[in-house]
Amino acid sequence: MSGIVTETQFHVLAVDDSIIDRKLIERLLKTSSYQVTAVDSGVKALEYLGLLDDEDTSTDSTPVSTTKNHHEVEVNLIITDYCMPGITGYDLLRKIKESTLLKDIPVVIMSSENVPSRINSCLEQGAEEFFLKPVRQSDVNKLRPHLMRKSGKRKEDHQPNKRKPMEECMSPDRTRARYNDDLEL
Amino acid sequence: MEVDQLQRSFLEYSRLLFHEGFLDGQFSQLQLLQDESNPDFVLEVVSLFFEDSERLLNDLTIALDQQNVDFKKLDAHVHQFKGSSSSIGAQRVKNVCIAFRNLCDEQNAEGCLRCLQQVKQEYLLVKTKLEALLRLEQQIVAAGGAIPMLNEFC
Repeated sequence: MSGIVTETQFHVLAVDDSIIDRKLIERLLKTSSYQVTAVDSGVKALEYLGLLDDEDTSTDSTPVSTTKNHHEVEVNLIITDYCMPGITGYDLLRKIKESTLLKDIPVVIMSSENVPSRINSCLEQGAEEFFLKPVRQSDVNKLRPHLMRKSGKRKEDHQPNKRKPMEECMSPDRTRARYNDDLEL
Repeated sequence: MEVDQLQRSFLEYSRLLFHEGFLDGQFSQLQLLQDESNPDFVLEVVSLFFEDSERLLNDLTIALDQQNVDFKKLDAHVHQFKGSSSSIGAQRVKNVCIAFRNLCDEQNAEGCLRCLQQVKQEYLLVKTKLEALLRLEQQIVAAGGAIPMLNEFC
């Protein structure tokens, strides 16, 4: 269990009920060196993000990121299909944006259908991007700025001793992101 | 020599499949995602597609076999099939799915039945061709060659 990962990697949560699309998006994300967790439903996504178990009262701020179970899950971006049985990508987006804990995580919606009203409502609800399927490498390349912008900002606390591997990375990109954060604040 | 020949056959066959519309640019995208660290990527995705399609075709057959066809459910299955075929670049299958969805909207049971036959046919065709293409790929790799890419269809 690594609190500080050896190489700083953004962690993307991918949500899609299609096994083929999950495989595709996972591969696309991995070519960009993102760490990927793929789930097949909105409910599983909420579970993973810790939004389903409200009774979890542990208020400790252990920086350990458990990869599967509740709490302290470090997710830097969520990319979700729109049309899914059960809760849709839109519902998922809404729940995330309504959560004080998770609202700052950038969310991207994917859909096989080009419906302007759908695209608009997603963007209005706070989605950063709307990708038409099949998703391509050029789409995935658009994710980086959203990840960079939000890097270092997890939840509402900015405790310096929290695990923030990104800020310690010496690559120019990361340094740029840090400056941006400072400037924005 | 043998590798050259295999590679040429592969390119010729790929070109044919693209020209006849069986495959589109999305398939090329899949090939681009295959590399030394993911040498079986295309095979894996295609295999998933075959499994998934067979399940969907079965569901579609059952749905259309009902006394009272549930067109909404039918449409949901077709939508899935359209999605998966689009994701692997199986263009002709995808196009039949689009027509199929329209028939579902119209609640045209007979039309849907015909479309089901058509989509089964297109699926079997693309399956045969993909299997042949992948076999060629495997032969190239076994002979120590690299799999050539058809750039014009990206």
